[in-house]
Amino acid sequence: MRRIQMTVDGKAHVAEVEPRLLLIHHLRENLGIGGVHSGCDTTNCGACTVLMDGESVKSCTVLAVQADGHEITTVQGISENGEWHPMQRAFHEAHGLQCGYCTPGMIMASISLLKENPNPSEEEIRENLEGNLCRCTGYENIVKAVRQAAQEMQGSPTAAS
Amino acid sequence: MTEAPEKYVGGGVPRKEDPALVTGRATWTDNIKLPGMLHASLLRSPFAHAKITSIDVSEAKNRPGVVAAFTGEDLADEWAGIIPCGWQITEDQRTPTHWPLAKDEVNYAGDAVAVVVATDRYTAKDALEFIEVEYEELPAVTDLETVLDEGTPLVHEVYDSNRCYTWTLDVGEVDEAFEKADVVVKERYLQPRLIPNAIEPRAVVAHPDPVNGGFTIYTSTQVPHIAKFVLSGICGVPEQKLRVVAPDVGGGFGSKLNVYAEEALALALARRLDTPIKWVEERSENYLSTTHGRGQIQDIELAATSDGKILGLRADLVADMGAYLQLSGSLIPILGAFMYCGVYDFDAYHFECEGVFTNKTPIDAYRGAGRPEAAYAIERIMDALARRLEMDPAEVRRINFHEPFDEPKTQPAGIQYDSGDYNKTLDRVLELANYEGLREEQRRRRESGDPVQLGIGFSTYTEICGLAPSQVVNALGGGGGGWEAAEVRMLASGKVEVVTGTSPHGQGHVTSWSQIAADALGVDLDDVEVIHGDTAAAPWGRDTYGSRSLAVGGVAVHMAAQKVVEKGKKIAAHMLEAAEGDIEFEGGRFSVAGSPDQNATIQDVAGAAYLASDLPEGMEPLLSEEQIYDPPNFTFPFGAHMCVTEVDTETGFVKIRDYFAVDDCGPVINPTIVDGQVHGGIAQGIAEALYEEAVYDEDGNLVTGSMVDYLVPGAPELPHFTLDRTVTPSPSNVMGVKGIGEAGTIGAPVAVINSVIDALSPFGVTHIDKPASPFNVWSTIQEATGDGAGTRDADLSGRPAQATDNVDEQGGETR
Repeated sequence: MRRIQMTVDGKAHVAEVEPRLLLIHHLRENLGIGGVHSGCDTTNCGACTVLMDGESVKSCTVLAVQADGHEITTVQGISENGEWHPMQRAFHEAHGLQCGYCTPGMIMASISLLKENPNPSEEEIRENLEGNLCRCTGYENIVKAVRQAAQEMQGSPTAAS
Repeated sequence: MTEAPEKYVGGGVPRKEDPALVTGRATWTDNIKLPGMLHASLLRSPFAHAKITSIDVSEAKNRPGVVAAFTGEDLADEWAGIIPCGWQITEDQRTPTHWPLAKDEVNYAGDAVAVVVATDRYTAKDALEFIEVEYEELPAVTDLETVLDEGTPLVHEVYDSNRCYTWTLDVGEVDEAFEKADVVVKERYLQPRLIPNAIEPRAVVAHPDPVNGGFTIYTSTQVPHIAKFVLSGICGVPEQKLRVVAPDVGGGFGSKLNVYAEEALALALARRLDTPIKWVEERSENYLSTTHGRGQIQDIELAATSDGKILGLRADLVADMGAYLQLSGSLIPILGAFMYCGVYDFDAYHFECEGVFTNKTPIDAYRGAGRPEAAYAIERIMDALARRLEMDPAEVRRINFHEPFDEPKTQPAGIQYDSGDYNKTLDRVLELANYEGLREEQRRRRESGDPVQLGIGFSTYTEICGLAPSQVVNALGGGGGGWEAAEVRMLASGKVEVVTGTSPHGQGHVTSWSQIAADALGVDLDDVEVIHGDTAAAPWGRDTYGSRSLAVGGVAVHMAAQKVVEKGKKIAAHMLEAAEGDIEFEGGRFSVAGSPDQNATIQDVAGAAYLASDLPEGMEPLLSEEQIYDPPNFTFPFGAHMCVTEVDTETGFVKIRDYFAVDDCGPVINPTIVDGQVHGGIAQGIAEALYEEAVYDEDGNLVTGSMVDYLVPGAPELPHFTLDRTVTPSPSNVMGVKGIGEAGTIGAPVAVINSVIDALSPFGVTHIDKPASPFNVWSTIQEATGDGAGTRDADLSGRPAQATDNVDEQGGETR
């Protein structure tokens, strides 16, 4: 067992874990964060995407011990004072989700995308979200949501494309 | 008091479901944790077909953290019945014995043979390594082409062949139609197996209820009500002792329209060990053990006159059932049988389906379920007819369309379509796409020998939705009704609870049913709560599949709300001391005709009905009404899709440049949700056409066994969709609604493939199978031309100025 410490959604957690424990299972089973989802086990679907020190990672392919000393942000930690993150609002308003299972990972990947490229084109959004699979929406409204959030986060009018 | 004079129906109301989902607070089955809960993990057969000669779980049982381990034999007395098929399509249909754990023989790679129960999932999975199984391999049956041949090994030795059933339908004088035809077009189409890929894998938690000695089953399912009935039968738990809950469910697409071995196992283990049991599927298990879709060979033959009028159609199918029949396995191709005649008016139709067993994962519903296959066949052969007669594919369709109709019309397969106006959707899609301009561009690119050729593909489809009139279900051998239940309750405070038997998993029923009820009752949208997916809270239901939820369940909500208003009128008349016939109801307010000042709100009336101290003589208290609605007919949405592809003839890469879809699902409750359903349906249809196939080797191993090997498209693989709608109400129900969940998946695959063939037709290509992968397209061109097609230094002047140049960007980028 290894002793690890990480900050998750602003709270510090110390735990003893097996070295083989995946970060997703540490978050879900030990810390009770049900908003991180497992969809494929092979790093294809991105439902488990979280931010590690602000960069998106797939928590099914990170060991909990690799996150030792790092700061993790999940979809459960991005609202501020009860206000949704603009990306959460945009997914809701643009109907960028149906069953919602891919949504937390999609939102975290999209936040990471806008951090690197605050004003992406439709094509850039599509290319950058290639690691996150959605089976419901055909991506049409996900792309729309990310564009809407980008505009809002830049302080410009929120008209969707 | 809240009042809402404006109408919600028809507006793009943002979804009520979203807050939990976008904040990560949804209740997925895997999020449920109960005191004392143990985790189950299954050992699955690595062989497609084998006898189990010995199996020993004793070492696994001794591992630290392991609580129990069982073989199929160990659990044999847990079962009161096999995993059943809900449809007896023919009297002699063969339904193989199918236990939740195999005992003597495994029949597909992935068939479960043992289960370990441990304190956590890692420990349970580790212990599987310590189970000793000896198998005696048997020959695997994997090839649909030879499955019925003499000498082919048997999947199930108890039968004398691999035939499950043969089902036929003959309408009109088919042979005569073919004899008098000027042209006969005959083609063979393959429908590859597909893996549904709901992003949430299946999961189940079985919880013994110490109070009543029963069980609560939380399961990621589309069908909690059906699961309750079926699990009762498999496990021998009296139905009244079972409660099934579908919490938040992460997509289904037909794959969760089933009752699975793991659900029965979880229940049996919870009973055996008297503690809560959780099982969560891994994706690799999902690929092996959750039902697949499609899997057919279709021989299609069309008879027509020299001017393109259809005279008759023959469709002969071999349909793969896989190793066992799951809930609707035998039904799926038969659901399609009534759709091969499409939107076309002719008299003679022959259909025959041979359902067959193979040593592969069972096949069952996948979005569209038999109907995409049917639409594919008729729409491909319409293009083949157009090519043969050198007619425009839009024109050959148009001259065969049924005339517009708004009352039920009998069509060639013998059933009655509810309403249709097929020219309207075709005209609109031609206009949206600038069809003439596209043909002109195509001509230029062909003339200039552009290595990237333009393809234009059509699909003018109709589909069978709103499953189903119970009499039809029973006539097809179905073991359950097709009705749906709704209850609308006005609470003491004037707020509203809507109870529905539909079980949404992404479709937004909570929002849409709220819109329906709020408008009918004249209340605020936020005053309505929708209760679903729990057999204790929503006791009656037939669940969600087959684009049935709105056309049956939503209509039931509307009708129940109307009953509430009718009862409310009686109470209001009593309160206002007026005749019931003089009471008008509008915007949530009952008033006396001609005296608008004399009025009572529906909330006042609900309060009076709850108080019950001053009601009309003999009236029961409460303003709450139930509607069990059995639809008189199916509904038949329709549409016209056009796919515009750019096909690189040097690499075989297919880029979808534009996708246009004009769908008609009758009046729309929530256009935003409807558009979303169409987007997702088309995306799955494109995936079927270009990317996806469950590939098995000759030994019956699933070669595409993970998302690494099976291409579920991401955002870069899919285009922007251009949508429009026409509105042709259905006479089948009081709201005129039809359903939209499967339209895209039914319309799209063939529009894409027709487009690819159209692009390649200058090379003499008339056929390509799904999926039209770069290799498949490239090989097809090579076969047609005998050598390389197109040249890099070709004249590109035929392209429009704004066209994307995928010569440069393709680079083998097909992921």
